[in-house]
Amino acid sequence: MAYSDKVLDHYNHPRNVGSFDKKDPGVGTGLVGAPECGDVMKLQIKVNSDTGVIEDAKFKTFGCGSAIASSSLATEMLKGKTIDQALEIKNTEIVNELALPPVKIHCSVLAEDAIKAAINDYKAKNGAPAPAAAKA
Amino acid sequence: MARGDENIMLKFPIYLDNHATTPMDPRVFEAMKPYFIDLFGNAASRNHSFGWVAEEAVEKARKQIASLIGATAKEIVFTSGATESNNLALKGVAEMYSQRGNHIITAATEHKAILDTCKRLEKHGCRVTYLPVRPDGLVDLDQLRDAITDQTILVSIMYGNNEIGAVQPMREIGAICKERGVLLHSDATQAVGKIPVSVIGDNIDLMSFSGHKMYGPKGVGALYVRRRNPRVQLTAQMDGGGHERGMRSGTLNVPGIAGLGAAAELCQQLMPQEMAEHAAMRDRLKDRLMAELDETYINGTMEHRLPHNLNISFAYVEGESLLMGINDIAVSSGSACTSATLEPSYVLKALGAGDDLAHSSIRFGIGRFNTNEEIDFTAQKVIDVVRKLRELSPLYEMVKEGIDLTKVEWTAH
Repeated sequence: MAYSDKVLDHYNHPRNVGSFDKKDPGVGTGLVGAPECGDVMKLQIKVNSDTGVIEDAKFKTFGCGSAIASSSLATEMLKGKTIDQALEIKNTEIVNELALPPVKIHCSVLAEDAIKAAINDYKAKNGAPAPAAAKA
Repeated sequence: MARGDENIMLKFPIYLDNHATTPMDPRVFEAMKPYFIDLFGNAASRNHSFGWVAEEAVEKARKQIASLIGATAKEIVFTSGATESNNLALKGVAEMYSQRGNHIITAATEHKAILDTCKRLEKHGCRVTYLPVRPDGLVDLDQLRDAITDQTILVSIMYGNNEIGAVQPMREIGAICKERGVLLHSDATQAVGKIPVSVIGDNIDLMSFSGHKMYGPKGVGALYVRRRNPRVQLTAQMDGGGHERGMRSGTLNVPGIAGLGAAAELCQQLMPQEMAEHAAMRDRLKDRLMAELDETYINGTMEHRLPHNLNISFAYVEGESLLMGINDIAVSSGSACTSATLEPSYVLKALGAGDDLAHSSIRFGIGRFNTNEEIDFTAQKVIDVVRKLRELSPLYEMVKEGIDLTKVEWTAH
């Protein structure tokens, strides 16, 4: 299969690889996928509790090049967004940006799942209305 | 060959996928050349020299091929390749011997050309037993014995596996089949020309193989069909002019057959040397990878293995992403992402190692034109990319933190 230049770029130069401390109350962690399915993504966000803005994001991914690129791109998209804006991110944006072929669309779905899982984790840690309260 | 020359320049990409196909040996190509243009005759033309010359080439090839596998020339039926040979053997036997029984025994790790042919035969009233394999990839002989019934007409077991290189105990399997009066077919595509194969010694009644896996051309293969003790009969699956003693109609592919013959003769000459050289290169690669990378597992037995095969799982690294990182080296992976079906390798799954290791597997196939320099380059590149991808792998991180991955609740998707 031929990979798009953007997938190759993210694979060769993945952005924001790494981990935050899961126990940090300002950090939300999403772990999605399964080893036997061939892809697992861990995506973490670091949220400013005053503004509700995602100040930093990191990922680690076990998966094909498109899965790595999807999660790498997701961390870039997350930075600077509020949690509510981040929840608006759709997998189709990742598909379009990376020019993923149909067989790789599930990689983008997994990245969207990882974003949602990370936000849910952050919200659960901080009480669901936390971001709204921060806006006020 | 280039091997042995020191300080040679590496040429990219490096080809280490010799189970998929082998490059054609230039000597084989030379043997084929005259039969494309100057000597174009139809081997079935009996009344002029064009036909006689073509027939002579075909009969020469038949002898060369028979010699490689311990058969006689008349027992070689030319086909378009091993897939056709497998189809002809299984369907031809099932149809011819349908009065005697309807049961076929094969193994879970066979090539799709066997498994899918068996599935079709099941739709037409055959019963098929798919033997599991042991964790080392070999068929359990007791299970084979137990599976044979008075309805069994055919056992089909591959000689050497295309993914994990496992070489089945064909001699013992042949003895069991002979004792029970059941025909034995072997898909020997990966073995013929690579390791000694004797249809007499192994009591094989039918055997499939292909030109392009032994440095010959694509589009040509053969089916060995035993003529005595017992005389095996087949119902033709291709009707027409009655070529190949009525078993496979269709004008013979004379250049291809000449190439298959030349390839067989070269393999026979070079086999002792190549077996030793390929095994040495394979072990060089294996030892280096195993020494430098932790959590790395060999799939299949090292003891009963094709000398040119290595199949390794690099845990916590997904196969397609590894292939992407070593894109100047041509190899294969058992990962789902690299298969047309999006399923991980059923051969690796049959070993019981778990899907996660199948996703992380790479198959290396060493061939006639590989060099130690290529092996060393490949080893270093794989080591570098596996390390890089493990830095990226949440699974590797979790394992290093002491988390038992089997206890994690994964969100399967």
